[in-house]
Amino acid sequence: MTAHQPAPAPHPGASLHGGGAVNYLNAAPGLRSWLTTLDHKRIGIMYLISILASFLLGGVFAMLIRTELLTPGRTIMSAQQYNQMFTLHGAIMIFLFIVPGIPAALGNFVLPLMLGAKDVAFPRLNLASWYFWLAGALCLLFSLLFGAADTGWTFYTPYSTTTNTHVVATTLGVFILGFSSVFTGLNFIVTIHKLRPKSMTWFRMPLMVWALYATAIIQVLATPVLAVTLLLLIVERTMGVGIFDPALGGDPVLFQHFFWFYSHPAVYIMILPAMGVISEIISPFSRKHIFGYKAIAYSSVAIAGLSFLVWGHHMFTSGQSPLANMIFSALTFAVAIPSAVKVFNWLATMYKGSLRLDTPMLYVLSFLFLFGIGGLTGLFLGSLATDIHLHDTYFVVAHFHYVMVGGTLIAFLAGLHYWWPKMFGRMYSEKWGRISALLVFVGFNLTFFPQFVMGSQGMPRRYYNYLERYRVYHEMSTAGAYLMAIAFMIIAVYLAHSLVKGRLAPANPWGSATLEWETGSPPPVENFLGEPQPGDPYDFSALVYDPALQGYRDAKEQA
Amino acid sequence: MTLRLFGTALPALLGLVALIAGAGRAAAQSSTGPTFWMPVQGSTGAAGVDSVFYFILWIALFFFALIVGVMVLFVLRYRSRPGREPEPSQTHNHLLELTWTLIPAALTVVIFGFGFRKFLDLSTSPANAYEILVTGQKWKWLFTYPSGYVDDNLHVAIDTPVQLLITSEDVIHSLYIPDFRVKKDAVPGRYSKVWFRATVPGEHQIFCAEYCGTGHSDMLAQVVVHPPGEFEQWLATNADLLDKLPPAEAGARLYAQRGCSQCHSVDGAASVGPTFQGVFGHLVPLKGGSSAPADENYLRESILEPQAKIVAGFEPVMPTYKGRLSDREITAIIEYIKTLAP
Repeated sequence: MTAHQPAPAPHPGASLHGGGAVNYLNAAPGLRSWLTTLDHKRIGIMYLISILASFLLGGVFAMLIRTELLTPGRTIMSAQQYNQMFTLHGAIMIFLFIVPGIPAALGNFVLPLMLGAKDVAFPRLNLASWYFWLAGALCLLFSLLFGAADTGWTFYTPYSTTTNTHVVATTLGVFILGFSSVFTGLNFIVTIHKLRPKSMTWFRMPLMVWALYATAIIQVLATPVLAVTLLLLIVERTMGVGIFDPALGGDPVLFQHFFWFYSHPAVYIMILPAMGVISEIISPFSRKHIFGYKAIAYSSVAIAGLSFLVWGHHMFTSGQSPLANMIFSALTFAVAIPSAVKVFNWLATMYKGSLRLDTPMLYVLSFLFLFGIGGLTGLFLGSLATDIHLHDTYFVVAHFHYVMVGGTLIAFLAGLHYWWPKMFGRMYSEKWGRISALLVFVGFNLTFFPQFVMGSQGMPRRYYNYLERYRVYHEMSTAGAYLMAIAFMIIAVYLAHSLVKGRLAPANPWGSATLEWETGSPPPVENFLGEPQPGDPYDFSALVYDPALQGYRDAKEQA
Repeated sequence: MTLRLFGTALPALLGLVALIAGAGRAAAQSSTGPTFWMPVQGSTGAAGVDSVFYFILWIALFFFALIVGVMVLFVLRYRSRPGREPEPSQTHNHLLELTWTLIPAALTVVIFGFGFRKFLDLSTSPANAYEILVTGQKWKWLFTYPSGYVDDNLHVAIDTPVQLLITSEDVIHSLYIPDFRVKKDAVPGRYSKVWFRATVPGEHQIFCAEYCGTGHSDMLAQVVVHPPGEFEQWLATNADLLDKLPPAEAGARLYAQRGCSQCHSVDGAASVGPTFQGVFGHLVPLKGGSSAPADENYLRESILEPQAKIVAGFEPVMPTYKGRLSDREITAIIEYIKTLAP
């Protein structure tokens, strides 16, 4: 008699809907299969690698900037090199990392899964959007090698039309990147309208989907304006047509209107998906239904709409009429309200819950603290009297870093740690996750809080040289930057380590109720084997913790 | 348990808020000196701007303490531990949501109104203001007084409304005087205005606050606020400097004040442009291999048509001074350069 062979232990990452050992990562091998893939999950991973590489590059420039600013006068580079550094830091971080960031790297992966769909509406357009990103990135990096632009990421005219650095290469790169953004936005809008299951009505969608939808609207409507503006800049530089340079009969302030008409909505492209991530994490990690679902959903769309009406608050000292200044200031305060409402809703979600303080939740708590400061400091900048004093000082630099880094980057890290088990089928070291979350938090505040004070004391931005009275703030800021750099390196190490040595992840480690957790970790190529049955995305009553899985499963399923 | 936490933590947080805001506010109320957040209040408009700043600071600190305080309280009270299950509670509450929407909305209306009022004070100059023309150029500020005299610092009389008519010769700059809380872009091809009434004598820093290239962070100047009676004296002594000084000395003053010194040294030091030391009377190597003798005509051409002959090893970045220097001033500068033997 053959000895009874025990049934092989089920792969912890598998679920009734497939995935685990056989999944989208190992289904088709070889670089070629990745570069020609139409699988939204693979495209999401390719975006993830690309934007993380961009973050590293932009981060290196940040460290060079902060090192130069450790002392007034020359520290490690010339003024010209410094001006190129801050231009590259801004352009790379904004156009290569933050704008695509959450939608392309996390959204691409998660959106179809959350809808119970097989893929996005236009898989080829999805792959094309990544190739456009790559082409734009290469164009931008070409300028890095041959004489990077020294205009600042804002390219104000007539400096940008007359300086003899490679402005055309840089702006052409940004122009190409715009297509990547528009394609992603278009794809998501159609996907969300058309690929939802019948039972998932608008108000039964996860809030991440609402966030991606609102973001996509802005991407599609605003990006073309930047594209044309940069094209006009290139035409003026190469053909001497007088659009912006007064020496050629142009109007330099017109450039600012065109530029900010995109670039202000762009900052909401950056923050809306981040807010979606926060909603997705805070609910399961509080074991409580999200509070005020409709308010959060409506506020996302309200922010998207209002974002188009406030661009002039970047131009209060530009010579705009007092009437225009007044209207833009008033509208700017209006756009602050929906964001405040979301913060209160998130706090109310935590009330009376059972809060798990794992790494994703630690980043969520950091977000509330840091985005709180970032948002509240926007009040000083929206108010006319104070903005005149604070415009173009380090106060503004601190404000936007608090919202973009303290807000978007922190939410990106929250989402990365939340969906990491789903994407790669591995758990990372929780201990190192918590340590580095704390280091990022402390390092970030040390870097940027002194900049608020320096700014209100008069220190202008984009300054290579500075007066001795501001030195102590710069020293603190540089120390914080080094601490943050160390924290990010630790994160990179333990995440990479998890890919080879991490514990295999269960299908639903966190006990979330959105559909991506009903399939395997990692998911199978076709996302779901059966027909996923969407319910309330924030109702956890049907989920029970199974110690054998070290994760959650449906209470009705066998262990 | 919850009540006790609220009872101790919230007052502590509010105390901290009061400390931070108060540290700034109290100092500002008692004197015009610098505080933790703000520099000296050097003009009549500064106090108004600071009052808006501290008002917003109080509100921001209150809401920050509220948000973080509630968050910390919830983490301590509701953190997951063995046996803890989430307690039933509502998923929405119209009254609560309406309250936390309307109160912030009302506050933002107040902040907007207050900020707009004080902004109007900053923007509306009195009818009898003393007008000074300001020109920004890479990388120097020049101030032209009603007598026609041009200086590289902004001299004003104390307690007198001064209006600045600002423009740029090249790219966008921005005139920023932190102590007066005023800032306005200098835009080529148009004029912009700013006004103030200085109340604190002595020197106040001027920065350029719109990125304009390599020398952006060195484009500095001072507002020199003269006690009563002294401004007119200063203006009289400095006017007609071409009539009073020998040409070479007048040229030295013009070299320092009109932007030449930003790019040309007189001691042989390397800079954006060629040094003036020892240039006169010698052969200058040009880009492209030819050379030119540096006589008076060469120097004049270099000032009026700087792109005509580019010195080897340098970039063609010098702007023209056509219309910005009179013939007498050009002659004075040439005479000064002639005195700079190696």
